[in-house]
Amino acid sequence: MASIQLQSLAHRYPSAPDYALHSMQQNWSDGGAYALLGPSGCGKTTLLNIISGLLRPSEGRVLFDDIDVTDLTTEQRNIAQVFQFPVVYDTMTVAENLAFPLRNRGIGKNEIEKRVADALQMLDLQERANDRARSLTADDKQKISLGRGLVRTDVQAILFDEPLTVIDPHLKWQLRTELKKIHQRFQHTMIYVTHDQTEALTFADQVIVMYEGAVVQIGTPQQLFETPEHTFVGRFIGSPGMNVLPCEVDGSDAVFAGKRIPLNKAIASSAARFELGIRPEHITLSASDGIPLTVTALEDVGRHIVVRGEIEGAKVSALVKDGVAIPENPCVSFDAAHINLYADDYRVGSGRGD
Amino acid sequence: MLELRNITRHEGAEIFLDDVSLTMQRGDLNILLGPTLSGKTSLMRIMAGLDKPNSGELLFDGVSVLGTAVQKRNVAMVYQQFINYPALSVFENIASPLRVARVEQRQIDKQVAEVAELLQLTEMLDRTPDTLSGGQQQRVALARALIKKADLVLLDEPLANLDYKLREELRAELPALFAAMGAVLVYATTEPTEALVLGGNTVCLHQGRVEQFGPTLDLYRTPASLRSAKIFSDPPLNSVKVECVAGQLALAGSQQKLEIELEQVPDGNYTLAVRPHHLSREPETAEDIEVQGNVSVTELTGSETFVHFSMADNPWVALLHDVEDFAVASSVKFYLKPQNLFLFDSDDALVEWQPAIKS
Repeated sequence: MASIQLQSLAHRYPSAPDYALHSMQQNWSDGGAYALLGPSGCGKTTLLNIISGLLRPSEGRVLFDDIDVTDLTTEQRNIAQVFQFPVVYDTMTVAENLAFPLRNRGIGKNEIEKRVADALQMLDLQERANDRARSLTADDKQKISLGRGLVRTDVQAILFDEPLTVIDPHLKWQLRTELKKIHQRFQHTMIYVTHDQTEALTFADQVIVMYEGAVVQIGTPQQLFETPEHTFVGRFIGSPGMNVLPCEVDGSDAVFAGKRIPLNKAIASSAARFELGIRPEHITLSASDGIPLTVTALEDVGRHIVVRGEIEGAKVSALVKDGVAIPENPCVSFDAAHINLYADDYRVGSGRGD
Repeated sequence: MLELRNITRHEGAEIFLDDVSLTMQRGDLNILLGPTLSGKTSLMRIMAGLDKPNSGELLFDGVSVLGTAVQKRNVAMVYQQFINYPALSVFENIASPLRVARVEQRQIDKQVAEVAELLQLTEMLDRTPDTLSGGQQQRVALARALIKKADLVLLDEPLANLDYKLREELRAELPALFAAMGAVLVYATTEPTEALVLGGNTVCLHQGRVEQFGPTLDLYRTPASLRSAKIFSDPPLNSVKVECVAGQLALAGSQQKLEIELEQVPDGNYTLAVRPHHLSREPETAEDIEVQGNVSVTELTGSETFVHFSMADNPWVALLHDVEDFAVASSVKFYLKPQNLFLFDSDDALVEWQPAIKS
């Protein structure tokens, strides 16, 4: 496996006026589990295709273990790929499909048998080993695609492009945890593209959040949750996402709905717009303590209730745990230690937790 | 009102629908919940008149519609893949059912404006669908279904192809939209969370059979069968086989007893089940039941932790509301409240039970 470096990498499609990917500098370590997370059109698949060699970047270089691979083909780069839709040979059996990438590399028969057996067990496909792939459901075919990506141990990196999108929720849980276990066991360099935050956060050590062709933040799941550096990250991570509330700044206080909220420092900024970021998990409801909330909807999703409402025209969501009573006309208070302050969408400060 | 009576559909030996009976009211949202191949699409195709059942009856407002051609039924359908007319503007896409019905222009302008406002498409009426995002395109398809004022609106996983975040936004908007339609609404999904957010009624489907039908939250809180509980659980339901002897539960095939005594439960074999968010690190009351196992993997989302562990060789998962890493293979203990425990009998039906009064 290899470390991956992106040096001043940018990409513009020949006919397009704008960059699909803005210039970036990245250094991903050998054996790391990385997720590229963002909405459609954010550039995550473009970036993955540049790393795999399907697309040549218009600017910058790609290095594997300090060796420039920018001009190498996918095959020369020696990487494994798993795509959103199954890529299997219908006329081969399940076991033959799994063995195929190994045979191509001239690996010995005994070794192939061992690795195929491992993969079958991991994917819970032992009983179907000798069935033709044609007879399988879409879910099982996608399992084979995953297995084919994982049987080779000599690759520089394994790249996944939305591999679980077409999979049923229950199987998704199972495959996701299998991937995580495989990573812990073999420490492959893995890069996983997805728009699904749960997949990204549970899989990766480092999540790269992308928005409009740029990397807006790289961090551990906890960093992205607790200190989103951009309002986009705050909104995108979390269900529901972070509340972003327009506020004013007066010295070392933020002022929202007539309440002064102490900050960790005085803010000197010429920003046009200030906003408070507070996660629904860090809002407490009470009968009389805090800012009155006009409730517009309650969504009971089983493990918690999402309370949706408004404060002076700003939409606010709060989470209440299963079994906790919700007052009729609730007031909200914010956990000061979990407040972030944004100036023109970038994080410039935080709440002062006493 | 839509009534399905003993609907069965099969091709050769392959059964798609097996004796399905359901009654759905106007203005109600009815969710078809189940994994791929559980019969959701088969059922919708029969409701729409695209397929005929091998046996059974389909009535709308008390009248059989099995003999009525699709075109004569007032049905609107929204599919997983957004289907729009690429050459037409968003306005004309939404207006198309009214054009077919030869509605006068003034009326069309008024209705399109209303629907576009509701679905936040007003700014985009002059554009063509290919210049819109996936979510906007799906909203155009929804607007077309809405403007048709159909008696029956069928939505087959309408959000499945959308981005996660967009899905979340549309899910929150849909209930109000559906309430405004006044039609019989049927909505297929594979995702328990989606069913919970949308509310209404839910049909749990498994291999072409109705496992359970009722108000969505009731099904979630009181699943009638183990299968129903499993279909309606995300993360997956935790379960383990147990034996009950004189009100005392023990793990099947082991002497390991669970610290709970039950009343009114006959001796025999049962399945005990609990949802992942009902497991906690510390006991909250003296009655809490301890379970233990070995960690296989921990997933951290930044705010929550999914601890996967093996509980008497069954894969279990605990959902904790904070961040805590557990070493692989380490031994863990979790606690669950007796009222959050489900017990299913050997036919997988829910068993009512009472905790024994401790003397």
